[in-house]
Amino acid sequence: MATPQAGARRYGPGRYAVLTAYLVLAVMMLVPFAIVLLNAIKTPREYSTNGPLALPEGVYLDGLIDFWQRVDYGEKLLNSVLISGSVAVLAVVLSVLNAYALGIGRVKGRMWILVLFLMANTLPQEALVYPLYYLAKQVGLYDTRLSVIIVFTCIQTAFGTYLLSSVLSGFPREILEAARIDGANRLQVLLRVVVPVSRPTLSVLLVFFFIWTWNEFLIPLVFLVSNETQTVSVALGVLQGQRLMDATMTSASALLGVLPTIAFFVIFQRTLTRGITVGAIK
Amino acid sequence: MTRSADVTAASSPRTGPDSPRPASGPPAPPEPVEADGVKRPRRRREIPYALFLVPGGLLLLAVIIVPFVMNTALSLTEWEGVGTPEFVGLDNYTELARDTEFWASFRHNIAVTLAMAVIPTCIGLVLAAGLFDYIGKRFGPRTAAFLRACIYLPQVLPIAVAGIVWSWILAPEDGALNALLGAVGLEALQQDWLGDPRRALFSVMGVMVWVQIGFPLVIFMSGLQRVDPALYEAAEIDGASWWRRFWHVTIPQIRPEIFVALLWCTIASLKAFAFIYVLTKGGPGGATSVPSYYSFENFFDTTRVGYGAAVATVLALIIIALTVVFLRRQSKGEEG
Repeated sequence: MATPQAGARRYGPGRYAVLTAYLVLAVMMLVPFAIVLLNAIKTPREYSTNGPLALPEGVYLDGLIDFWQRVDYGEKLLNSVLISGSVAVLAVVLSVLNAYALGIGRVKGRMWILVLFLMANTLPQEALVYPLYYLAKQVGLYDTRLSVIIVFTCIQTAFGTYLLSSVLSGFPREILEAARIDGANRLQVLLRVVVPVSRPTLSVLLVFFFIWTWNEFLIPLVFLVSNETQTVSVALGVLQGQRLMDATMTSASALLGVLPTIAFFVIFQRTLTRGITVGAIK
Repeated sequence: MTRSADVTAASSPRTGPDSPRPASGPPAPPEPVEADGVKRPRRRREIPYALFLVPGGLLLLAVIIVPFVMNTALSLTEWEGVGTPEFVGLDNYTELARDTEFWASFRHNIAVTLAMAVIPTCIGLVLAAGLFDYIGKRFGPRTAAFLRACIYLPQVLPIAVAGIVWSWILAPEDGALNALLGAVGLEALQQDWLGDPRRALFSVMGVMVWVQIGFPLVIFMSGLQRVDPALYEAAEIDGASWWRRFWHVTIPQIRPEIFVALLWCTIASLKAFAFIYVLTKGGPGGATSVPSYYSFENFFDTTRVGYGAAVATVLALIIIALTVVFLRRQSKGEEG
């Protein structure tokens, strides 16, 4: 960190030193992504003769296509989208219902209920995974996408309830009163007033739930054992764990794992960097 | 109260479906909400609010509370996952207290907490202050936002995928890092980064720092937005150097954010399972095992379910304690 000299003019040349330092850091953060891209489009022979740092001689996509077909990547993507999408929607719905009762309804003992929900979210999944695994087997949900959807709907709802309750407790009372005077019942107030007004917060939650669920690993790893049900993270993690892949295949798998994330990032960049403050500071 | 400006913005009334922009504050126009023109009968028998909690509450019971109680109960038994668990009282815990492997995994977790919470918070603080107060002012907010996005990017990556990327970069033969060191003539520094028991933990820590930095950075930058610019101007007029402003203005002003970031990252660092699973599987020779991974090993590899449950319960208790600290602090903040 360069320090601007106290005496120097406010916009002295020192500022370029600071900017350069930041750019170097930014490049360092991005280099791993670049290396992955670089090597995913090399032939295995190119890789072994020229090493991982050389520029590719051409664009070779067979490695990627080969990997895609071998792990049936399309299926994994579909599973991830299905699971994360369902969880995001269901968890937002349940969070809204809970937060309506706690933040606007001010149900008795709401402080304790909120604490319970927050605890449920911070509790380590390690302390839930074995009983959940056992219970899922008992009720025949083991190795189904539904089981993972149920579990994460609950975990994300716990966080969403905590966050939304405090957002809704600041909901303008006048708007609620006006709707009540017009004869709307509680359900109508929720659907016609509270939900539309808090839509911005809800969409932030939706994006976050989607991405958090997409990135989950431990519980999907335990629950989704067959190829047909696995998510992207689990399939790639398991392959990596078996140490059967050669260098170019690994980079192909890394690239395919990274791409959806980059896509989300580009689409939701503003929501993510803005929304995280909503998530964390609460 | 530490509510950030964004939350307020998000929750402040936009336009309701019928009321055209209720100007901030004063009573909303009492015009009728004629949703569909139907006049509703004035029933005052309302659904109790508590009813809205039922679906979420039942799910919480089935997915979190019952399994957690079961896990705690299992920690008092010896069980291999089949047959009937045998009650052994606190035997698992007394064994834990003497288990050197468990204590080693605990020490590793201190290193992991350093890498996932302490170091990223410190670096993030300096970076955020620099971006906000230096880069942002001299090169414009767009430059600052762009740099912030670059640094934040690894945060969005699934940890399993980050692990694949890095275990390949750190591979001993034809890994990119060793190739890079070779290319600049530093062959002497080439290592088996993840396979050498003396280095594996440090390599894992490095990856964690890379992943984690973006989180505190983004929190701090949004925290800085609510700091009164007059404070900075006053300090600048007084001739305070950048570092002095950093110490005496920035840090005290965003103390709530620092606390939150540190605590959330610490809790996350106790759940580092995915990093360890993908990068090292706890190896070599247990050199990177953490309690989170150790419980998994006991559950599913050695099927000592009771023992694994005891490890997980200890982990849960630590995290619950941290959460309580967080809540206390939070409610204090709301009063003062």
